[in-house]
Amino acid sequence: MKYAVDLHIHSCLSPCGDELMTPNNIVNMAYIKGLDMIAVADHNTARHLPTIEKVAKAVGVGLLPAMEITTMEEVHLLAYFRTVEQAVRFSDVIYPHLPPIKNKPAIFGEQLELDEDDEPVGSEEKLLISALDLSIDEITAMILEHGGLAVPAHINRGSNGLLQALGFVPPGCDFSALEVSIGMPLPHKGIPKKLVQLHSSDAHYLENMFERVEFLEMDSPDAEGFFRMIEEGRWPVSGSTDAQSVNSRLD
Amino acid sequence: MKVKELQEKIGAAVLTGDVGLENEIESGYCCDLLSWVMAHGSAGMAWVTVQTHMNVIAVATLHEMSCVIIPEGAQMDQEIANKAAEEGIAVLCTDKPAYEICGLMYAGGIKAGEE
Repeated sequence: MKYAVDLHIHSCLSPCGDELMTPNNIVNMAYIKGLDMIAVADHNTARHLPTIEKVAKAVGVGLLPAMEITTMEEVHLLAYFRTVEQAVRFSDVIYPHLPPIKNKPAIFGEQLELDEDDEPVGSEEKLLISALDLSIDEITAMILEHGGLAVPAHINRGSNGLLQALGFVPPGCDFSALEVSIGMPLPHKGIPKKLVQLHSSDAHYLENMFERVEFLEMDSPDAEGFFRMIEEGRWPVSGSTDAQSVNSRLD
Repeated sequence: MKVKELQEKIGAAVLTGDVGLENEIESGYCCDLLSWVMAHGSAGMAWVTVQTHMNVIAVATLHEMSCVIIPEGAQMDQEIANKAAEEGIAVLCTDKPAYEICGLMYAGGIKAGEE
């Protein structure tokens, strides 16, 4: 079946995520927009996922556990997992690799952790957008070991896109898909043809979350469905790197 | 200036044995965005970068650079340096900051590449 998804959304735990990106706001906005499955991918942490999973279950929106890792090369790399437990375990493993630089909320924004009623329960002291001291090759291998999928984020975007930092997709890295930013040119060279290309909003504000514009052919709108889709190499059904076609769908 | 002479001037260690030490340096460059270096690199360049990914060697090879210099104690895997050696490119590494290395190169007569 075709399911509408947005697989790259930031919560208010990410310093750059708007304070309105609370678990309830994100999930209910996804519900209102008619999204079947979302992925909340905070920078270098999965700490918000247990709460977001509770809310998503209560509302009835599928959740693909995720995080967005910053590699040593300053490349943003999405990690998708089958379960929140796996994601949290991985988050704990990489946490010591995040440098001990403290967040300055006035500059980078708050890093707030909320409960299922959107009440604050804590905040992260270390700056979550710092680069880990692990290379993209090392982190990719670690994600796979932990049962996840590694997907370079917004590869064709300027800042922190793989193509800017590393010039081209490194051969030999075991990526499961590529996230391509809509509305930005994608070079013809240096992109493995076989890798599935995904498109997501990378929303830091509620209003930037996708409408029903990106559809995946999955058996079910959950992590199992997504993993099977990737294993079988199925591309998004109506996803497109062509900004105009997406915009016309939005109109 | 040859790579060997630069290596002595900046007191760098060599990760690629004798390979490329006789390469002639035509110009110097310092940048960590590989897409940028792909667009602006040139033959005979001595390139200073803290990036140590295998793609660094691919970009250096693409432009037929003379050497890659890894500053500030950044670590390149020997396996990656071996690839550079296969391609005839020297890899030097040092604890000196990139800024100082560039200053020493410039004072030694190595100019920026022509645009």
